[in-house]
Amino acid sequence: MREEVIVRVGAKVLAPFIITFALYVHFHGDYSPGGGFQAGVILAAAFALLALVYGLDAVQKVLPPRFVRACAALGVIIYAGIGVVTMVLGHNYLGYDALAEGHAGQHYGILGVELGVLVTVFGVMVTVFYLFAGRGRRTQ
Amino acid sequence: MLLTLLAAAGLALLRGRNLFAVVMLAGIYSLLSAGLFTVMDAVDVAFTEAAVGAGISTVLFLGALALCGHHENKPGHTPLLPLFVVLVTGGLLVWGTMDMPGFGDPANPVHHHVADHYIEESYHEIEIPNVVTSVLASYRGYDTMGETTVVFAAAVGVMILLAGRLGRKPRPDGKGDGT
Amino acid sequence: MSLDLLVSHYNYWVVIFLMMVGFYILISRGNLIKKIVGLNVFQTSVFMLYISMGKVSGGTPPILLPGEEGVLYSNPLPHVLILTAIVVGIATTSVGLALAVRIKEAYGTIEEDEINAIDARTEAAE
Repeated sequence: MREEVIVRVGAKVLAPFIITFALYVHFHGDYSPGGGFQAGVILAAAFALLALVYGLDAVQKVLPPRFVRACAALGVIIYAGIGVVTMVLGHNYLGYDALAEGHAGQHYGILGVELGVLVTVFGVMVTVFYLFAGRGRRTQ
Repeated sequence: MLLTLLAAAGLALLRGRNLFAVVMLAGIYSLLSAGLFTVMDAVDVAFTEAAVGAGISTVLFLGALALCGHHENKPGHTPLLPLFVVLVTGGLLVWGTMDMPGFGDPANPVHHHVADHYIEESYHEIEIPNVVTSVLASYRGYDTMGETTVVFAAAVGVMILLAGRLGRKPRPDGKGDGT
Repeated sequence: MSLDLLVSHYNYWVVIFLMMVGFYILISRGNLIKKIVGLNVFQTSVFMLYISMGKVSGGTPPILLPGEEGVLYSNPLPHVLILTAIVVGIATTSVGLALAVRIKEAYGTIEEDEINAIDARTEAAE
C-alpha cells in the first residue's frame, strides 16, 4: 500500500481525528456511552491504521515497543495505585470518596481508574498488534 | 430481523473454507451484533463490540492468517457425530428456555436484585448519568481491576509466545522439535 | 399461546442456534484458526444472551436523565459484565492466535489431523 495516494492521505487525515475521538470517548464517558475500554481500543486502532498504511517501522519510531509495553503495565499500576491512595487517605480500597469532598471524589476516582484501563488496553492492543505484524515481517 | 441476519452470517462462517473470507465474515458478524446491542439498549456494549470485534480482532486475525496461510482443508471425518452432539445440546438448551421469563418483561427477576438500586440511587451517590460507567468503575471497581489485570496477563502471554527469538525452523521430515 | 412463546423466546432460540453453530465449528473443523473463529461466535452468542436478558420493553439506554421522572431504563448490570467480557475476549483470542502461530512454526501446519499424524510418527520413532 506504499503507493496508494488516497489511502496514505486519507489515513493521515483520519488518524488525528480518531485519536481525538478516543480521548473524547474517554473523558465524556460519564455522560454518554464510552469509557476506558472503548477509548483504549479506538486509540490502538488509530495506530494500527497508520501501521498498515505507512509500515510498521514508521509507527514504531513514534511509538517504540518498549514504551507501549510499559504502558500496558503502567495502566494496572495506575488502577491499583488509586486504590492504595484511597486506602492511605483512610477509606476503603478504591473508595473514591476519599479523594475530594462530596461527589467530586467519585468523579476523580472514576476518571483516574478509567485512565488506567485506557492505558492498559491501549498498551496491550498495540503490543499484540506489533508482535503479530513484526513476526510476519521476520519470517519473510 | 437482525437476529436472522446474524444466523445467516453464522451459517456462512460455518461453510466458508477460505479463511480470509471467513475472517471478513466474522467482522461483519461482529458489526451486526453491535447493531443488535444498540437495538437492545446496550449502547456501551455496542460501541465496544464495534471497535473490538470489527476493528482490532479482524486486524489480529489477518495478522495471524498472514503467518499461517489461509486455506482450510476439508474436514477428514464424517460430520455426523459432531452434528449429533450439537443437536442434543441445542435441544436441551431450548428445553431449558421453556422455563425462562419472556423477553423484555419489566417484571423479570433479573431486573430486581441490585439493578433497581443502581438505577435509582447511583445519581445521588455518584452524580454520573451513565449508569454503566458508574457501576463499572465504582460499584464494581474490584471486578474491573481484575479484568484489567487479565488483559495485561494476556499481553504477557502473547509476548512470551511471540516476542522471543524466532523458533527453530519446521523440520521438513515431519518431526516436531520436541520442546 | 404458542405464538406468544415464539415471540417472547425468539431471542433465546437464535442465541442457542448461534451458540450451537460456534460449538459445531469448534468440534468438527480441524483448522485451528477456524476453531478460534467458532469460539468467538460461541462467545458472542453468550454476550447476546446476557444483553437480551437486560432489555426491558419500552426502556431506554441506562444513561440517566436527571430531572425526568418515571423513565424506564434497561438493566445496566449485564451491560457492565459484557463490556469487560468483550475486552477480555479479544485478549484471550489474541493468546489463542499466538499459540496457533507458534504451532504453525513448530509443525508447519495448523490442521489438527496433520499435527496428530506428526505427533504419532514422532512417538513411533522414539
